[in-house]
Amino acid sequence: MTDAVAVPADARVQRAWRVLHRVLDPEVPAVSVCDLGIVRDVIVHDDGIEIVLTPTYSGCPATEVIEQAVIDAVNGIGLGPARVTLQRAPAWTTDWISEEGKRKLREYGIAPPSGNAAVAQGRPIRLVSRERTACPRCNSTNTERISAFGSTACKSLYRCVACREPFEYFKPL
Amino acid sequence: MSTPSIQVEQAPSVQYLLRLGDTALILGQRLGEWCGHAPVLEEDIALANIALDLIGQARAVLTRVGQLGGQGLHEDQLAFLREERDYRNATIVELPNGPRRPGDFAFTVLRNAMMATWFRLMWERLRESSDSELAAIAGKAVKEARYHQQHSADWVVRLGDGTDESARRMRAALDTLWRYSAELFESDDVDSWAAANGLGPRWDSLREPWLAEMREMLDEAKLPMPADSVFRSTGKTGVHTEHMGYILSDLQYLQRAYPGGVW
Repeated sequence: MTDAVAVPADARVQRAWRVLHRVLDPEVPAVSVCDLGIVRDVIVHDDGIEIVLTPTYSGCPATEVIEQAVIDAVNGIGLGPARVTLQRAPAWTTDWISEEGKRKLREYGIAPPSGNAAVAQGRPIRLVSRERTACPRCNSTNTERISAFGSTACKSLYRCVACREPFEYFKPL
Repeated sequence: MSTPSIQVEQAPSVQYLLRLGDTALILGQRLGEWCGHAPVLEEDIALANIALDLIGQARAVLTRVGQLGGQGLHEDQLAFLREERDYRNATIVELPNGPRRPGDFAFTVLRNAMMATWFRLMWERLRESSDSELAAIAGKAVKEARYHQQHSADWVVRLGDGTDESARRMRAALDTLWRYSAELFESDDVDSWAAANGLGPRWDSLREPWLAEMREMLDEAKLPMPADSVFRSTGKTGVHTEHMGYILSDLQYLQRAYPGGVW
């Protein structure tokens, strides 16, 4: 175990980012917190290291689990004491999910958010324009939405008409 | 002995935020009653997810209340240790889901549509708040409210323009709920102060855009746009219906029985 204080700040930040890439989302354990884009910054202070997180949904029950996992990971490689601060603005968007993250979601069986959430913020008061979401298994776009809310708030429930399999879609937010 | 109740400040900034946070909190609590009881599994999950978002928004707003209030109150103290008269939610969210538990699905769908439309308009305006923390909370919440509104509006149309029975139930829900919407668009000293100080909009300024969106939704659902009522509910001033006490006994039981209990 390296003495944290002896390692220069830049190297500590790099090492922290490396370990954070291995902290998985407890609800979607295919992607890391970095893939999701919720780690906004890593700052070295005299008395420890600060990780700035942006929560995904206001009521996401995974937020507190993620905070603790991040702290444990950074402390676990001797970079601590780690602390987490939550930054609400700018609000998290699925546009921050990395290409790598989208690929991992698809492989895991979850259709990644398509398009650009920032553009999709019009005023339609109904979900009239059903997007043609591609099935993560067979790639067919012959799919239909069963429910706007899936097993977690961030996903909706779909069914593939071509391969008959149900799947989840990570909603653009 | 029970846990002593806390007192909250009467400052308009605190009261303005309590109205918002409590309205989200109590609607979240009501929707939570559907968990395990909704008509279909997908809706059970959807209602629980919407409830979680609302409670998350309430937590953020109540935390901000604690920071602004100067008494250093924690979100849990504010949520669990106030007396009934100190809750400032609009009355519409405390109404039971229906005559019998878990409730009437048409009533829940319509209330969710009315409230999600109101919240979405409110959060859109609060993104411009002079309080940067409130603006940040709103920036997140507005995206969630958009999904709540779209999901509920889909159901309003599906049931309103559905079978004879579903249309009858939606019209009955409209009859019961509509009069309570007036409170959502009444202004007084509290929101006048908030508007003058840039904290947030007067509630009456949301009325026209809300009516326009509700008209669009109800037209599509082939439901009649109800007439205005002279009835005025008063939950946001602390004067509640007989239903509020029952909600609080559910909501507060654990913290009253096991003071300071945490997960």
